[in-house]
Amino acid sequence: MTSHSRLAVLGAGHVGPVIARLALRAGYPVTIATSGDPDDIALITELVIPGAEPRWASDAVADADTVVLAMPLHRFLEVDPGLLAGKLVVDAMNYWPASDGVLAAFEGGASIGSGSSEIVARRLAGSAVVKALNHIGYHELEDRARPAGAPDRRAAGLAGDDRAAVAAVADLTDRIGYDPVRLGRLRAGRVLQPGGPVFGQVLTLPEFERAVHEDARSVR
Amino acid sequence: MTYTFGLDTFGDRNSDADGTPLSHAQTIRNVVEEGVFAERAGLDFFGIGEHHTDYFPMPAGDVALAAIAARTERIRLGSAVTVLSSDDPVRVFQRYATLDAISGGRAEVILGRGSSIESFPLFGYDLADYEELFDEKATLFAELLKGGPVTWHGKTRAPLLNQDVVPHLESGPFPAWIGVGGNPQSVIRAARLGFSLALAIIGGPPARFAAYSELFRRALEKFGQPPRPVLVHSPGHVAATDERAKAEFWPRWRETIALVAEERGFAIPAEASFDRETGPDGALYVGSPETVADKIAANLRALGASRFDLKYGLPGLTHDQLMTAIELYGQQVVPRVRELLG
Repeated sequence: MTSHSRLAVLGAGHVGPVIARLALRAGYPVTIATSGDPDDIALITELVIPGAEPRWASDAVADADTVVLAMPLHRFLEVDPGLLAGKLVVDAMNYWPASDGVLAAFEGGASIGSGSSEIVARRLAGSAVVKALNHIGYHELEDRARPAGAPDRRAAGLAGDDRAAVAAVADLTDRIGYDPVRLGRLRAGRVLQPGGPVFGQVLTLPEFERAVHEDARSVR
Repeated sequence: MTYTFGLDTFGDRNSDADGTPLSHAQTIRNVVEEGVFAERAGLDFFGIGEHHTDYFPMPAGDVALAAIAARTERIRLGSAVTVLSSDDPVRVFQRYATLDAISGGRAEVILGRGSSIESFPLFGYDLADYEELFDEKATLFAELLKGGPVTWHGKTRAPLLNQDVVPHLESGPFPAWIGVGGNPQSVIRAARLGFSLALAIIGGPPARFAAYSELFRRALEKFGQPPRPVLVHSPGHVAATDERAKAEFWPRWRETIALVAEERGFAIPAEASFDRETGPDGALYVGSPETVADKIAANLRALGASRFDLKYGLPGLTHDQLMTAIELYGQQVVPRVRELLG
């Protein structure tokens, strides 16, 4: 991915504007969209995400190389999978029943150990889904970002089945200010979820790797 | 700008000096004493947040506020917050209109969710419906506040047709705020419906919320609303010295976060994150009166806010520690902030 890759962020709530600002700062052109009229988020964009362009979701996605899902998970269920076909999709959402309520579409998967991003990927069969940017809280994600090589730089995990897509999202993660940790296939992204060893944590690379390693040992 | 200063509690369950938890009943009686004392310490507002847990046994804060109202003359009293989505806006209005009557016009409400989720299953609501519930109920609440017969229909409660809702307010609408934790669309909603803005800043650098104050101001203009105030709500603890405040607060903070982390499934923060949050760029106001005052003044200025509400206390602190914190906040922190802000 070059710094000219175009990013569409879907969601203008807690998380979307934070990721949009980080991406803008890293040099990506960014559009932002909700399920509604871009006029409704024009003021938010002007003041909270200066430099981003508010658009209808379908237009934002059509012109983007990478689409970041930053909406509440229950709203994702209303998204037409056809809209995202052929796109690299970053799933920054979480299935977090203790905070957001139970969703039948995800609860069934969770009961057999399936990660939320695997369920997202099944719905988006025509897209390359990478789980990323979901495990650091929105109130910290921006504050803790650091340029490559900074002594206090932190790590952010990602996982996906499409190698090229994973490489692109690792690059995005690096450019916005975190050491990317490639965990492997999408199912390996389960460690990034609520209840997992790094959820809600902002860790250095060695701390991150230790936490994931110790978690794997305790499961075994 | 005229600045005002408040205290908020969630009914954090007290312990005695040996660390033994007090009963829920004693904790509630202590909150009433703390509210009465807040007025004597010179504070402008005392708020009680709705919670339904063993460590925050405070589901009916309006009843405690009524007891405080009966023993005070001047201090304003309100919720911080009322979980409106899992309540009936008509009942919330009636309870706080009753408080307004008892207190001679000193009632307020802050509507929101806070970090409170336990009321949803308790009262049979689905958290996934949160947005629709809040939007509809806040809209109805705004109508109720105007006074006069209300006509309303929606999906989340029975319709009202030209309904006279009592008690009537004696002196117009009482102050009503919407609590926002970081979602800019909630800022827009507060402006559109004519509420004031309460910024709940409980983690990360407070200055990042400056854009939200500006967003609120611009959105009020856009919707043809008059200017409305912005308040900041953040947790903290005041003691004689920085060391003492941190030593009292940190173990209880860690315990409380651990309880919530266990319920919600996130990892427990390290002491390093506590140090960052209590530092000049963090969201916690823990320290000596001077440290806390300097931080409040800097953030009120940065955020263009005119009120600061300190969420004092934590489960496991003693009533005596809280009374000391209230006294220091009212007698030393607030005068210093006023001086700093000129």
